[in-house]
Amino acid sequence: MIETRGFKILRAVGLTFLTAIVVLPLYVILVTSVKPLEDVRGVFSWLPSRITLQPYMDIWTTVPLAHYFVNSLIVVVTATIFSVVLAVLGAYALSRFPFKGARTFSMMVLSTQMFPGILFLLPLFLIFTQIQRTVGIQLNGSYLGLILTYMTFSLPFAIWMLSGFFASIPKDLEEAAMIDGTGRMGALIRVVLPVARPGIIAVSVYCFITAWGEVLFASVMTNADTRTLAIGLRAYASQTDVYWNQLMAASVVVSLPVLIGFMLVQRHLVTGLSAGAVK
Amino acid sequence: MPVEPKVKEPPERERSVDDAASARHNGKLTPSERNQRRAQAKVAGQVVQTAGAGRRDRLFPYALIAPASVMELLIHIIPMALGVYIAFLGLNQFTIGNWLQAPFVGLENFVTGLDPDGPIGSQFYAALLRTVVYTLISVGAAWALGMFAAVLLTSKVKGRGFLRTLFLTPYALPQYVGAIAWAFMFNQRDGVINRILVQDLGILDEGPFWLLGGNAFWVTVVVTVWQFWPFAFLMLLAALQNIPDDVYEAAALDGASLWKQFTTITLPMIRQANVVMLLILSLWIFNQFNIPYVLFGPASPPEATLISPLIYEQSFNYWNFGVGGAMSVLLLVALVIASAFYIKLVMPKGKALHD
Repeated sequence: MIETRGFKILRAVGLTFLTAIVVLPLYVILVTSVKPLEDVRGVFSWLPSRITLQPYMDIWTTVPLAHYFVNSLIVVVTATIFSVVLAVLGAYALSRFPFKGARTFSMMVLSTQMFPGILFLLPLFLIFTQIQRTVGIQLNGSYLGLILTYMTFSLPFAIWMLSGFFASIPKDLEEAAMIDGTGRMGALIRVVLPVARPGIIAVSVYCFITAWGEVLFASVMTNADTRTLAIGLRAYASQTDVYWNQLMAASVVVSLPVLIGFMLVQRHLVTGLSAGAVK
Repeated sequence: MPVEPKVKEPPERERSVDDAASARHNGKLTPSERNQRRAQAKVAGQVVQTAGAGRRDRLFPYALIAPASVMELLIHIIPMALGVYIAFLGLNQFTIGNWLQAPFVGLENFVTGLDPDGPIGSQFYAALLRTVVYTLISVGAAWALGMFAAVLLTSKVKGRGFLRTLFLTPYALPQYVGAIAWAFMFNQRDGVINRILVQDLGILDEGPFWLLGGNAFWVTVVVTVWQFWPFAFLMLLAALQNIPDDVYEAAALDGASLWKQFTTITLPMIRQANVVMLLILSLWIFNQFNIPYVLFGPASPPEATLISPLIYEQSFNYWNFGVGGAMSVLLLVALVIASAFYIKLVMPKGKALHD
């Protein structure tokens, strides 16, 4: 764009406005998280009467937050690893070989990505119930069950994004490696994976973020022992007294891991999302 | 860390390629030997590809997709088929425990759940229509904000690296955290929104209830736009950076106004990115469950009930699993039609996903 005077004014006004709408909720979260409890009753005050880190200490005892944290980590990390490993193989096949059924496979991947979790929630719930009845493996309320349901959204997305990444890696690389005597699998592991590493990390972080914020499956498929943060955080508000300051402090704590991860890989995420989408 | 796809891509890719290549070779072949072999291979073409190939190589791609296919079958295909089946079962809190024995009720669930004149069916169509309206408004607003921000931050403005990162935070934040914050902000008496409207700006005499009645719909829209516009921004920024500057310079020399440049250069050149981004965004927003669930709990106000939360409510609040199943089937049909269009747009010319 050519920077005329009008454009500069528009830009200043526009950026101020956008910054304001992004920052307002972030400010409310942060400022509330350092307020004493008496400040969060009554009308919202822009500044705390005094700054206290007490909410950050209390969050661990009001609600078993550490327990929920560990639950979330177990479920989300496992689902992410499984999805990405399966997706690497599938996406590599899609991006390299013109095999019969490739189109069917990719259509299946693309279309299941479009369906809402609610379509899979009830059937999976019933399948899990039945498995428990007949085989005795508990899936409803267990980590395993939740991990499987989380793969319903992370697997198709990972396949889709990774095949975009792989397609942008020149085929010559593996051909050279294969002439040097490496097998197909060796070429994938020793040549393609190292080159695609930024992409794979970006996809993993993306799956992690999505699963970390997931509410639907967690609300049905967890019990007191396996409750994840998404549902656990509600406990601050379901007391007779809503501990808004603690709720906001907990929000900060559960957001930090994903925010940091996102910032670290956002450059590759842009490339990955647009490669997955456009190529 | 600023988003800089433009400068980043070529050097980094080449470097990692070289690293991989040198790590791999370990001095087994000199570069010239390698090039020679590569050239021979190129000439030989087909021969090299098929030499030593045969059955094993033909089966290789199938071996690669096998684990993902099995998983897709388990978590998507079978559940979807079962979902259609249970729409014909009398499934409620009494029969759910032993659902294989649940009575087959034929179209009864469809009549209850999808009869436009019935009490539940009318809710279904209202929710479906409401979800379409909600999707159109939210996607439109998210696109407009994302486009605006992307255009502004493609220019060389001070602090753009910082602003790019800042603008992405709503998207990186866990969805329920964003929704919790907004639920707090929209509190009737005490929230910051009413504080701004009533006390700070004096626009209203009394703070309205935001999370009840018709306002609840607009709150859902606001929270959705807030959480998703950065995605539009992210995708459009990447697309805009591929437009060379001299195109704009030439247009400016010809006296084209900024608006004219935007409509005749920017929009056509990012058309593909726009189409794909709008489709993804529409799906995510149409299928939205997290935001209303965190804002309103397991039952949204009737004026703001969207389709996913309605099916959830019927199934898990009222234990009308069969009716929930029937609603799911209709939703599935709608989405299959939509996905046929989507696939046609994303995968043209009968090709596989990527080539």
